[in-house]
Amino acid sequence: MAPEDGSGRTDVLSYLRVDRFPHLWCPGCGHGIVLGALVRAIMRLELDPRRVVVVSGIGCAARAAGYLNFDGVHTTHGRAIAFASGIKLARPELEVIVITGDGDLAAIGGNHFVHACRRNMGITVVCFNNSIYGMTSGQYSPMTPYHAMATTAPYGHIERPFDLCALAAGCGATYVARGAAYFPARLADYIAGGLRHKGFAFIEAVTQCPTYFGRRNKMPRGVDLLRWQKERAVPVERAARMTPEELEGKFTVGVFRDTEELEYTEEYDRIIALAGYREGGESGCPAPGR
Amino acid sequence: MPRRADRPVLLQGNEACARGAVTAGVRFFAGYPITPSSEIAEILARLLPQVGGKFIQMEDEIASMAAVIGASLAGRKAMTATSGPGFSLKQENIGYAAMAEVPCVIVNVQRAGPSTGLPTSPAQGDVMQARWGTHGDHPVVVMCPSSVKETYDLVIECVNWSEVLRVPAVLLMDEVVAHMRENVVLPREEDVVIWDRPAPDLPPGHPDFLPYRPGPDDVPPMARFGDGYRYHVTGLHHDERGYPLHQGSKAEELVRRLHRKVERRRRELTKVEWTVGEHSGPALPEGLAEGRGRGAGRTVVVAYGAVARSAEEACRGLAAEGRDVALLRLVTLWPFPDEACRLAAGLAAGGGEILVVEMNLGQVAREVERAVGARCPVRHYGRVDGELITPAEIAAEITGQRGS
Repeated sequence: MAPEDGSGRTDVLSYLRVDRFPHLWCPGCGHGIVLGALVRAIMRLELDPRRVVVVSGIGCAARAAGYLNFDGVHTTHGRAIAFASGIKLARPELEVIVITGDGDLAAIGGNHFVHACRRNMGITVVCFNNSIYGMTSGQYSPMTPYHAMATTAPYGHIERPFDLCALAAGCGATYVARGAAYFPARLADYIAGGLRHKGFAFIEAVTQCPTYFGRRNKMPRGVDLLRWQKERAVPVERAARMTPEELEGKFTVGVFRDTEELEYTEEYDRIIALAGYREGGESGCPAPGR
Repeated sequence: MPRRADRPVLLQGNEACARGAVTAGVRFFAGYPITPSSEIAEILARLLPQVGGKFIQMEDEIASMAAVIGASLAGRKAMTATSGPGFSLKQENIGYAAMAEVPCVIVNVQRAGPSTGLPTSPAQGDVMQARWGTHGDHPVVVMCPSSVKETYDLVIECVNWSEVLRVPAVLLMDEVVAHMRENVVLPREEDVVIWDRPAPDLPPGHPDFLPYRPGPDDVPPMARFGDGYRYHVTGLHHDERGYPLHQGSKAEELVRRLHRKVERRRRELTKVEWTVGEHSGPALPEGLAEGRGRGAGRTVVVAYGAVARSAEEACRGLAAEGRDVALLRLVTLWPFPDEACRLAAGLAAGGGEILVVEMNLGQVAREVERAVGARCPVRHYGRVDGELITPAEIAAEITGQRGS
């Protein structure tokens, strides 16, 4: 594992397009922490940077694709997983990572999310969940807590949020984990677990938006929200021994599922063999300019 | 694919579309079921794995367009097929492909709208949507077949143009051509001209590589994801590095280049077919437009898609009776064949007229009016009840005997 001290940092920066800095994230935002955890996971697994493709949608989190020094595609709102599915199916040897936010993933992109879980294609999805639409300045998202304030919930929010990990597991995702910006080392572990996993992997990263969520909800500084994460995160093992009353207002962190099932692109290779295609007969994937 | 003999095969339009796509080198298809285009997906689900290609039925129309763009970025020639409502849903991502310059082909088998409309009934109501369906000033190439054989040929053209121009190309079919069966002699695969997207001339990792630096034809060479170029693609306005930009002048430069790369090839891109008497071909017979007052009493019919078949029969019948008629069949709809329309106006000038016949309320007729200006009158005959316009209707419209 890469050291977290000064020498390790240089390595992290080598995976970033530092010429794109300063980034657009606000002071106190947790997205940089989550991005750092993702880079450390990639470093730890020694993934070939030429074979990593980052796919993102629209929103604050999605801009991370532009800061990472890989092939990257900043797609349309909500559609990152669908673009990623095309990339992965076209070239299964690539490591395809989706960076998305809670609105991008669970609202406009919800349909792609649930079907990708079911399909079990080997894509790793990291959701930067900051409970709000940050880029559009603070409207409620599918992850905004019940009764929280948002610009479009000026009297308090009356919808219940998703449990994204339960949703993913219920839809058939074969690797499901949740971490938080307050615990960056463990978050990197969870992401590395997802990257190692052969099928569809989903990692929810609880992160903070002091500017548009915190200020409206009496937690105006990044540190207030980090403290909120620290106080409310319960490891899944401990949660198993707690009563529903004790778990009220908490969220669980850890790996919820890690099972091996047939991966989609491998299944499709079987289809290609069934259809009678033999490698070398005709190039299935011609190089550009062939 | 089994080697084809030079003998006719009975093919449906949608089947010709699927087979043409495979011949063109399409190795990825993502789609969603919708009538009357579903056969294209069904056939490609069977054919693509046979050539090592990939087929996937996505969860919706939007996702299938997205997957096609993703696969194209990963180096595959990629296509989707849909019909009216699905075409509407795909529009945002079609705009993305135009902006990020990702080659892809969208087949739209038109059916009668608006909205759910008359499923499986033919229409030509998506001409303007094919041009302007997605927001912003974007480039696009649109071609429209009139026969099963031409469907085969034009899907190959669409793939070729999409690849070399890095632009979304739309094959705008209609339900009649899609479900019609005709005897077709397919070309030998070695006789088909296949074009590929321009490849970077710098190796991966070269410090001078700029993913969006255009070549002399205004098209930037395209690197494949996963080959080590490590570049960024976005739907935001971007500079030659692919990075977002916010400067107005650079943004305008980009949009103008996106259009210029298509306009440069307008002459090759815009295909039409003339039918005058026994003559039929891409050019007019010589001497036809000459002589003062030559156009008096002449009707030049403009039509495309299945309607052009009816128009051809009507025109041949009337010509045999000695009537002065000509047919201009539009093969390319966008870029719009302005020059051919002006030639048509030259034929009709001096007392004749242009009659645009189409299964909509005037989408091409207004473009023809724009192209010909005051050179000659332009009349429109349209139908939007889901019925194909018949030769008899067109003949009656030309001779002025309609409804009399």
